[in-house]
Amino acid sequence: MMAQLYFEDISEGQEVTTLSQHCDSQRLVYWAAGSGDFYQIHYDKDFAQRTGLPDRIVHGALKHALLGRMLHEWVGAEGSVKRVACQYRGMDMVDKDVICKGAITGKRSENGENLVDLEIWTETPEGQKTTPGTATVALPSRS
Amino acid sequence: MAQPKASVITDKMRAEIGVESEPITFEVDKTACRMFARAVGYTDPIYFDEQYAKSKGYRSIPAPVGFLGHPTYDPNGPQRLGGYFRTDTPFKRILNGGTDIEYFDTVCAGDVLTATSKLVDLSERESRLGPMLITVTESTYRNQDGKLVARARGTGIQY
Repeated sequence: MMAQLYFEDISEGQEVTTLSQHCDSQRLVYWAAGSGDFYQIHYDKDFAQRTGLPDRIVHGALKHALLGRMLHEWVGAEGSVKRVACQYRGMDMVDKDVICKGAITGKRSENGENLVDLEIWTETPEGQKTTPGTATVALPSRS
Repeated sequence: MAQPKASVITDKMRAEIGVESEPITFEVDKTACRMFARAVGYTDPIYFDEQYAKSKGYRSIPAPVGFLGHPTYDPNGPQRLGGYFRTDTPFKRILNGGTDIEYFDTVCAGDVLTATSKLVDLSERESRLGPMLITVTESTYRNQDGKLVARARGTGIQY
């Protein structure tokens, strides 16, 4: 288990621990079942190619959920994820890693909570940002 | 002189902006939380072991980020493409443009959420795939106690 992160310990510009998830066709089928999104472009290669895609593509919402997992693992057991927003600007193809990253853009205290605002995104293994977004998490205080 | 292209946005579509849908029920159950967590690659036992989750102060297995339960599947109901946007459009294809979920409280297995949704924005643009209609829908989720737990905004791209 990672050591607990505290509000006092972080500052603007600091990066979130990167999460890398390989998305093979089995992962996309797990996601179809878990999310209820059974659109065939994500697991049926012939179907995907008939719609003009080069191959199956990673579900956008899976990338949103992976960004959520990155934040969950980063904030630790006493932290919580308050908001995750992202836009699906580029496609991620099957059988590649989706690399989730983030950096702190600000911190504030509101209604008794210690909130941290972040810029978050996913990258392809080639370094192309496909899913930019923003997030807010709450962290515990040492005091 | 080229004539400006006619807008794909009709008055009928515009009239839907802000109109709340009928409530839809979403059940959050343990197996579904585990399946969702497994799909995302979580290893934290709070998403798999109910006793462990309770020892950490949760009522049951919590719902991972992005999971707000499943609607009851009705094989005899309308099968729609593209979620909640009900007005017929000339487009056959849809892409997910973005997701924004804001949480106001924890969602746990056993919760029954009621969501209403509404179209909040309509826009259009030309792309290399032709004209695109961009819709933003906002859904508000309340739990069985009537408490607001999440607000989700989804962007749909039809082309």
